[in-house]
Amino acid sequence: MDSYDAPESTPRQCASSRLKDYFIGATPLQKRLESVRKQTSFIPTPPRRKIPQCSPLQEDVDPQKFAFLLHKQWTLYSLTPLYKFSYTNFKEYSRLLNAFIAAEKQKGLAVEVGDDFNIKVIFSTLLGMKGTQRDPEAFLVQILSKSQLPSEHREGKVLWTGWFCCIFGDSLLETVSEDFTCLPLFLANGAETNTAIIGTWFQKTFDCYFRPLAINAFNLSWMAAMWTACRMDHYMATTEFLWSVPCSPQSLDISYAIHPEDAKALWDSVHKTPGEVTQEEVDLFMDCLYSHFHRHFKIHLSATRLVRVSTSVASAHTDGKIKILCHKYLIGVLAYLTELAIFQIE
Amino acid sequence: MSLQRKVKNSQAQKRTSQGSNSYQTRLSAWKVKEDLSDSKSISKHGQNNPVEDYEHADDQAEGALQIALTYFEKGPVKTSQSKDKTLEKHLKTVENVAWKNGLAPEGIDILLNVALSGKFGSAVNTRIFKCMIPATLISEDSVVKAVSWLCVGKCSGSTKVLFYRWLVAMFDFIDHKEEINLLYGFFFASLQDDALCPYVCHLLYLLTKKENVKPFRVRKLLDLQAKMGMQPHLQALLSLYKFFVPTLISVSLPMRKKIYFKNSENLWKTALLAVRQRNQGLPPEPLKLMLANVHPVKRKWNSHSVIPVLNSRNYSKESGKKGMNLSDYFSSNGSFPLEQLKSFPQLLQNIHCLELPSQMGAVLNNSLLLHYINCVRDESVLLRLYHWLSQTLQEECIWYKVNNYEHGKEFPNFLDTILKAECFLQEGFYSCEAFLYKSLPLWDGFCCRSQFLQLVSWIPFSSFSEVKPLLFDHLSRLFFTSTIYFKCSVLQCLKELLQNWLLWLSMDIHMKSVMNSPLETTLGGSMNSVSKLIHYVGWLSTTAMRLENNSTFLLHFILDFYEKVCDIYINYNLPLVVLFPPGVFYPALLSLDSSILNQLCYIMDRYRKNLTAAKKNELVQKTKSEFSFSSKTYQEFNHYLTAMVGCLWTSKPFQKGLYIDPEVLEKASVAEYKNSLNLVHHPALLSYAVFFLLQEWPKERKVNMSSVWGKKWNWYLDYLFSEGLQGLKLFIRSSIHRSSVP
Repeated sequence: MDSYDAPESTPRQCASSRLKDYFIGATPLQKRLESVRKQTSFIPTPPRRKIPQCSPLQEDVDPQKFAFLLHKQWTLYSLTPLYKFSYTNFKEYSRLLNAFIAAEKQKGLAVEVGDDFNIKVIFSTLLGMKGTQRDPEAFLVQILSKSQLPSEHREGKVLWTGWFCCIFGDSLLETVSEDFTCLPLFLANGAETNTAIIGTWFQKTFDCYFRPLAINAFNLSWMAAMWTACRMDHYMATTEFLWSVPCSPQSLDISYAIHPEDAKALWDSVHKTPGEVTQEEVDLFMDCLYSHFHRHFKIHLSATRLVRVSTSVASAHTDGKIKILCHKYLIGVLAYLTELAIFQIE
Repeated sequence: MSLQRKVKNSQAQKRTSQGSNSYQTRLSAWKVKEDLSDSKSISKHGQNNPVEDYEHADDQAEGALQIALTYFEKGPVKTSQSKDKTLEKHLKTVENVAWKNGLAPEGIDILLNVALSGKFGSAVNTRIFKCMIPATLISEDSVVKAVSWLCVGKCSGSTKVLFYRWLVAMFDFIDHKEEINLLYGFFFASLQDDALCPYVCHLLYLLTKKENVKPFRVRKLLDLQAKMGMQPHLQALLSLYKFFVPTLISVSLPMRKKIYFKNSENLWKTALLAVRQRNQGLPPEPLKLMLANVHPVKRKWNSHSVIPVLNSRNYSKESGKKGMNLSDYFSSNGSFPLEQLKSFPQLLQNIHCLELPSQMGAVLNNSLLLHYINCVRDESVLLRLYHWLSQTLQEECIWYKVNNYEHGKEFPNFLDTILKAECFLQEGFYSCEAFLYKSLPLWDGFCCRSQFLQLVSWIPFSSFSEVKPLLFDHLSRLFFTSTIYFKCSVLQCLKELLQNWLLWLSMDIHMKSVMNSPLETTLGGSMNSVSKLIHYVGWLSTTAMRLENNSTFLLHFILDFYEKVCDIYINYNLPLVVLFPPGVFYPALLSLDSSILNQLCYIMDRYRKNLTAAKKNELVQKTKSEFSFSSKTYQEFNHYLTAMVGCLWTSKPFQKGLYIDPEVLEKASVAEYKNSLNLVHHPALLSYAVFFLLQEWPKERKVNMSSVWGKKWNWYLDYLFSEGLQGLKLFIRSSIHRSSVP
């Protein structure tokens, strides 16, 4: 009987220890499942958030690089943790990604692994782009066209830019082991085909997964409220909302522009808790806009779909496109986007 | 597949052995021809049997091909009057087969010989080359032989060009290249031919190894370049040489990339695609199927196919070392590459140094790696799989995103793959559970129903009350609002879920007795969770019975579930007995269907056995264990048992706890209800009783039901048992003392 039982003990041990893991909830995997359960069972977003503060950027930031990120339209993606990613290997990554792009662009043709391809890939860190010290360093990938004549060694035109960041990503950081680097938010600017090639390389190399990050109307109204609440020295753009009415043959778009100071005044009238935004305040803010619009045009905007919000801080489209305008609130905007990205990958 | 190849081989052998005797060959060919005409006539008559027709057509093509090949091999017979016609016919045959299925290596060998030997004109040679499409591979010998023909000088320049183009196009399908590489010098010498130069360059580009790069060759290439100018094909070869031995070439090559070679394979492009698909789609061994890199149409950038291709090259791992050369990436560094992993013994030998796939999702398609996943303790492996799987599920899910309905069969196929893996591992993935939480509230209960419910049945064991609001509450909403068939599928899937949980727990409890685990208290928790699941199904069943008017069909599925429940103590060695709710028991007991009654009897018998076993164990152990069943369970069982015995045996149904107004009974004209419920009068068994009486006493004019008692009663019992009511038999044997025959 003993001899019969013996070979069976190995798989059993395995199963039972996993079961124990379950009860202790010790493994990262368990923690992940726990957090998914929590997320699914309660309201998906916490009822209150902080109003973006003037970014607590560190001293060592490169202002030029930050300026480079502003006033560009970025397409948002969520990204699962990168496996065995290392900040010390940027040179190697540039070389490999360069070769990969060359191979993809010339599929079926002879490919050479030298670096005499007319593009250049640059990896660089975005120092100081983080919410807390625990957040991993953000980094930037750029593709430059190399000038054709070898005599000109000036940098070429930027063909494509993408960057990876994690601002206040604590909830995600807790659930992975140290082999992973959590940069859940990826922003790309440039041709979609390039994004595809580069994304594929990252997926193959670091076993991660990119998914387009759309922003639903619920989150757009949160953005509207939070960004209106930001204190600005001077306003650069009007506050504008865009609603879409699904009707045939063509959908109808309703644009609603407000003077930013009026919007701020409206916000101040509904705002109670200092430094924070609550769900009730967001709802109230939007309801005020709706009723104002209804009084004038007899249209219930609440029955339509909010597709775009633009303020002086940033503008966001439901397709997952964002443009950040204000340097001061960059971190605050990214913190909320990180939160949305983490929600999507859980 | 392999059988067909055997046949082909034997035919090829026959051909070579009979090669000396042309008369015989022709005779056999004639015979084949005769067979052909036979099969033709058969297929004409037997049109109502498409399968047979198809087979005949295949045989027919095969035979015709053999004839055609023999014809080409032997060359045109001079005496034949209609030479052109025959040639045309055979050429057509070869073309048809080649474009449809490709040619076997032997066939290609023959055709290469024919095309390069100059037997036919160049127009025929061109046609032959165009249809030289391999079924699977091309043997290296054929190519070497073909090259030797080039030296004889029997073929025209255009044929030579065509040969090189063909060789370049088919390069990947040649089984070995060592001997071809030995001919490097010959090919290199052919560069001098201006017409051949571009194609030879391309061939050399594919063929060149580091040791082929020699100073004299570099000189020759530079000479050629000086003579002909900057030709892209020469540049290609030069830059390759420069890559291998940078010191030899000091000439600067232009930075800008050009298209080096005109796409010389475009003559065969579509055919080659078909070959590749064929080679990958229908591999001879099942293991290869698992490893095949099937790329469907590139749909979006995220994924070529849903599941990533198995690929062990991990850039990130090696990138730490500085100054890596490309060739270093291809050389092994002590770890075992996945591409070579083909068998279980190999896995065992190399499990310590296995190179993991660069994308963990690839394990889903590889049973060997699933073994590995099952025993690996590395959390990062599981996390990688978790992330990939949960993201892919959400991305692919048809109903999860709006406007995502176009993918058709892809998502169900993906779910099937996952289910296959879960079934193989006998364990659910956490990502699937998380996916269910997110997607079940949005599910219409129709799309991918069978796959989705199977996913539910593989939910890893967990606390029921925690999962209930996330999952089972949504499921019950769907359950109550859907058809009876959906209800039955749900019950079926919950039965499988229960079984999976029980198996898992039974392994766990077994370990505890061995290891004296500190987690003793959790067993109570787990049992509580299982019993909650059973109560949940009980609640679903009771309500569903009301909704579906006590449908027999539904009741079958419910009782199937309880067949698992009643045996938990004995079958899984877990201290749990949960009885069915009255809402299930009474409809089953009073069902009009004898198989339901029979199943109920079987379940009651198993309950009895489990409860007695539990009681016995308690007495043996003396010490009151934590899991002694409450007396309530026994009371409940005894109550059911009394009701059953009353209804089936003693004709004293519902003595306790049930009062029916006599007036009501009188109105229903069953005042004598006491005798209306026993083995003879029970509505499910009445027809048996009638048949029994008619069979035993066919001459009786009136069927007298109440005559069945005493000896007749025993005969009747035997009759029932012989009719297949085995559950009833077990129940009566164990629960009723035969002395109490009414």
